[in-house]
This record gives sequence, structure tokens and C-alpha cells, in this order.
Amino acid sequence: MAPVDIQIGRGPNLDGALLGDTDPATQGGYPDHPPRMGFFTDTSVCIGCKACEVACKTWNAIPEDGLVFTGMSMDNSQGLGASTWRHVAFIEQRKPVAAQDPGVVHDQNVLELAGNPTAPGTNGDFRWLMASDVCKHCTHAACLDVCPTGSLFRTEFGTVVVQEDICNGCGYCIPACPYGVIDQRKEDGRAWKCTLCYDRLSVGQEPACAKACPTDSIQFGPLDELRERADARLARLHEAGVADARLYGRDPQDGVGGDGAFFLLLDEPEVYGLPPDPVVTTRDLPSMWKHVTVAAATLVGGALAAFVAGRRL
Amino acid sequence: MTENRLRGVRPDRDAVTGVATGKPAKLGRRRGGKGRGGRRDGAPTVPDAEFTSYYNLPVINKPVWSSLDIAGYLFLGGLAGAASLLGAGAQATGRPALSQVSKAGAFGAGVLSLAGLVHDLGRPSRFLNMLRVFKVTSPMSVGSWLLAGYVPLAGVAAASSLSGKAPRIGMAATAGSALLGPAVASYTAALISDTAVPAWHDGYPEMPFVFVGSGATAAAGLGLLAAPVTQNGPSRAMAVFGVGTELAAFERMQRRIGMTAEPYSQGRGGGYLRAGKILSGVGLVGALLGRRNRVLSALSGAALIAASAATRWGIFHAGLQSATDPQYTIVPQRERLRAAAPPVGFAEP
Ligand code: SF4
Repeated sequence: MAPVDIQIGRGPNLDGALLGDTDPATQGGYPDHPPRMGFFTDTSVCIGCKACEVACKTWNAIPEDGLVFTGMSMDNSQGLGASTWRHVAFIEQRKPVAAQDPGVVHDQNVLELAGNPTAPGTNGDFRWLMASDVCKHCTHAACLDVCPTGSLFRTEFGTVVVQEDICNGCGYCIPACPYGVIDQRKEDGRAWKCTLCYDRLSVGQEPACAKACPTDSIQFGPLDELRERADARLARLHEAGVADARLYGRDPQDGVGGDGAFFLLLDEPEVYGLPPDPVVTTRDLPSMWKHVTVAAATLVGGALAAFVAGRRL
Repeated sequence: MTENRLRGVRPDRDAVTGVATGKPAKLGRRRGGKGRGGRRDGAPTVPDAEFTSYYNLPVINKPVWSSLDIAGYLFLGGLAGAASLLGAGAQATGRPALSQVSKAGAFGAGVLSLAGLVHDLGRPSRFLNMLRVFKVTSPMSVGSWLLAGYVPLAGVAAASSLSGKAPRIGMAATAGSALLGPAVASYTAALISDTAVPAWHDGYPEMPFVFVGSGATAAAGLGLLAAPVTQNGPSRAMAVFGVGTELAAFERMQRRIGMTAEPYSQGRGGGYLRAGKILSGVGLVGALLGRRNRVLSALSGAALIAASAATRWGIFHAGLQSATDPQYTIVPQRERLRAAAPPVGFAEP
């Protein structure tokens, strides 16, 4: 689809600004811009090392936000927040792995000799899913739409970034995000989230998490390329019999117009704490304003009627 | 030592999950074809009876707003907006006491609601950043501009009315505040609905009607509380309109949105809302019976104001409840997907 230049409030194009497939950077006011950049997080090769979490914290100088032991498998950071911009989810399931073959060669199968039932090639009813979550840098970003100060803005790379010197901590973006990404840092009252390493991108570097990921589970690049790569990867997995594999946030026709950071998952999104069918809340905003207008008129009508009826009441 | 490493190649990001690289998928079928390839074999896929979540953690982040500031903001905005209308009408129909009370109340509530908004900011000193831009996509931006216009007008209207000075300017300000008042009372519905909070978002068509109804109830209550009974005919009528609109719209919303409406009748939110209903009923009956009784009238007015506040607190807390419990985010979205694309694999041979 050809990119369209849309400015909110210019009438007929308003819909295009709030839903559907579109080029966010062009819409954000950059007629000339680099390709849209994003992440493809392929959870099927994630090993749960949390290098991304650490690299993100270190590069962005994010403060410590609680050292707790949750007992939720290996997950102690629990979810994305103001001071956790990459979060690795761990899910332990009583589900069979197709055939967990680590590809290790034994001259002699010592495990089998020991009578261990988990010898290579045997199925076990246990699998461990790991997935590194991040801000989705939505095509239609609710956080950005609702921000009253313009602190949240669209970069030339099509990503969504908070300007910390503008944010006044109104907190509106927080419940607006359908993924529960952005949050308020209690210490300074402002909202924070992943910037897709805007500083690094500006000088041609890849984001810290992608750089640190040892298995390339986090892949960074132009979104078009990533989508192609993801499609090929999905086909490859399906062919190998991993029928559970699916892409999440890949479809530009979904409720947020596609994610700038999308995923390959091995189970339903909600298993990973992701909403199964997120919709940008501002999609319904034109209708909301209509209802508000009618309600305001109703109030005026009610008041007028009250003065008419009030003579006898 | 890995097989591939011996050959100098590591599968890296091309490693295939669950099966040895390059091996056929036949190992995946077990227990009568219910393995990975199950669905493709046409094995029945039973729809989930219950929902799954990630350790029962919420999917969305709940609002960080404090209830005193923001539920108060919703309540006061409604009171102010509707009171401006009542004040203007009272002036036009020669009810000076009701006019003064309503205008003063409108201004007071407007100032307090602004104070609540500023107080709730993480960085109150940066409040003026709200007026850096104007965005129709942000009800909070629209609301900030609205209040920036409304509060001074309400202030001038009240000052002129109470002091009796500058009647012309006072009249213009009264008209201006009566014009903006309905917007002040209703836009807050878009403010809370324009979020991913299930109970708030799903109720967006009815919410503005609940809000103007609740605002009218509060403004009527203020008139009944502070103005003499002889001037309060319109207040009583407005109470009927307010309570009726609010209850009817709320009923309709609850019935329409189904599951996401549960928090409106449960927990803290449900408690506040029940209290709001009772107070509305009591206040309304009292107002109609106390047409000649100043004390009864004033008490009913207080009940109506309290009813409006309780309703706002209830809606606020119900929203938080729906945001905290992942089922309200996940189940309706699942249902939507299921309705859009029925699961494959049901075709019996
Ligand atoms: S995922 Fe949330 S925080 Fe990230 S761009 Fe989308 S709405 Fe904004």
C-alpha cells in the first residue's frame, strides 16, 4: 500500500491515521526518512539467558527496580515496566516437545545405558518456553495518540519514543497501551519505555539487546526484511512439524496496524502474557467523540426541560 | 560437541525447535496423532474451556492515577459543567439565589478538578506542557484546553454574580461557561474510555450519558442543598433527568458489554456503585417530597451530590479491577478471534 500523508484533523483521512496498514514515519511528518526499523524476536531460539535484559539496563542506564524471587520459573523481573524494557518470560508446560533432540553426538549412549528415560530421541511431557518481550512500537500507537504533551513522538525510523524532558507524568499512556508496556517510574513520576535504542540507531548501531543476544533470537533490521525473514522461518518450522509456531504482531491489518517489534511464538500469545487480539484504543475515538457530543447535547436538552418542568415542580 | 559444529556450521538462529535439525517431523506424532501435527491431521481441536494467562499477571498496566485526584476530577468536572447550565438558566428565569449558588459551585468545582489534575501529575511543575500541543486524539489534551477556557469564564461569571458588579461581562461569561459546561461534563467519559482498560473502553458508547446524568444529579444536588426551596423547581426536575439518564445508560451498558461489566457489580467498584444507586434513589424521593421543606430538601441535595461522587468512584475502581484481572483482557479478545475465524479441524470425516 502506498504511504499516505495524513494529519490528524484533516477530515477524510482521519481513519487512515487511526487504523490499517500505513507508513508511520511518513504519517509522523517525515516525508524523507530511512526505512522503518524494528525487531523480530524469534522465541524458538531463545535460551533464556537474559543478556538482552542486562544489555538494555546497562546501555540505557535504567535504575534497579526490585530484586525479588518470584518462583515463576526463572522469571524474576515479571513484566515490562518503567525500568524493565526487555523482559524474558519463562513458561514451564506439561506439553510434549515434538522431539527434543539437542543434536549432541554420543559415541556411546551413556544415558540410555543408565536406564534414563530422557535419552535423546525420547519424548518427555515437558517443555520450557522462553520469550523476550519488548515495546511493540505499534504502527498505530495508543500511547502516542493519547499523550497530551507531545512527549511521546514518532521517530524517523517509525519507532515510538518518550522525550523525558517533556513528559509531565500525567500517566495517560499507561492504561492506553494494549500490551502493558509503558509505565511510570515512581521515583521521578515520568513514563518510560523502550526507545528501540534511538541513540544507537541514530549513529547506525543496532539496539543493545539485539547486539547482546547470543542466539539471534532478537533480530534487528528494516521491518520489511524482518517480515520476509520471519515468514521464511515460520514456513521452515511448520515444515519441520512445529505446528504450534505462529507469528505475532506481523500482520499490518491487525488491531494496531502491525507491530514494529513482532514475534514468533510457540503457543497462544496469552501464554506469554501478550493480549491475543490487541486493538489500539483510539480506533474507537471518533465514535467516542460522537457519543460525547450527543451526550453534551442531551445535557443541554435536559437542562432546558428542567427549567420548563421546574415551574411546576 | 554438536553434530554441526564438527562440520564447522552451527544452526544458530536457524536452529529448529523441537526436532533435530533436518530430521523429518514423524517423531512429533505420538498418542494417536495428537502431537505437534495434530491439528493438521484434522484431529479435533477442543475450544479452551478456561483462559490461559502468564502466571495470572495482568496483561495491561493499570492506571497509576490516585482515586482522590482522578475519580474526584471526574466527579467535579460533571458537577461544574452541569452547574454552569443550572446557573445560567436560573439567571435567565429570575432565580438569583440558585444562580449564585450554581455559579459559585461551578467555579469552585472547576478549580478543584484542575487542582486534582495537576496534583496527580508525576511532575506537577510541568503542568503547562499540557498546553504545548492540541491533539484531538488525546482526550486529556482536549480536556486541558477545555478547562483552561472554562475555569476563567466560570470564575468571572461567579464573581460578577456574587458581587453584582460588571453585569454585562458577567452575562457573557455566564453564557460562555454554559456553552463549555456540557463539554466539561461529558468529555471525561472519552478520557477514561480511550484506554485499554476493558470495563472503561467497552462501555464507551454509554459512558458519556452516564457522566452527564451523574453531573446533572450533582448540580441539582448542589442547588437543593444551598438554594431556597422556592427557587429549586428546576433543580428537582434536573435531579429527575440526571438520575434517570444515569441509571438508564448504566443499565444498558452493563447488559450490552456482558462479561467486562462484572467489575461494576463486584468488589470495591461494585460497592460504590450500589451506594450511588441507593443515594440517588433516596435523594430523588427526598427532593420531590421536600418541595416545601428546606431541611429535607437540603438533605436530599447532599444525598444526590454523594450519589454522583459514589458513582464516579465506583466506575474508577471497577476500571482498575478490570485492568488488574487478566481474564477481562484475554477472554473477550479470544472470543472476538473465535467469532472471526472458527477453529479448523471440526470437519468430521
Ligand atoms: S506497545 Fe504500548 S508503549 Fe509500545 S508503542 Fe505500542 S502502545 Fe506504545
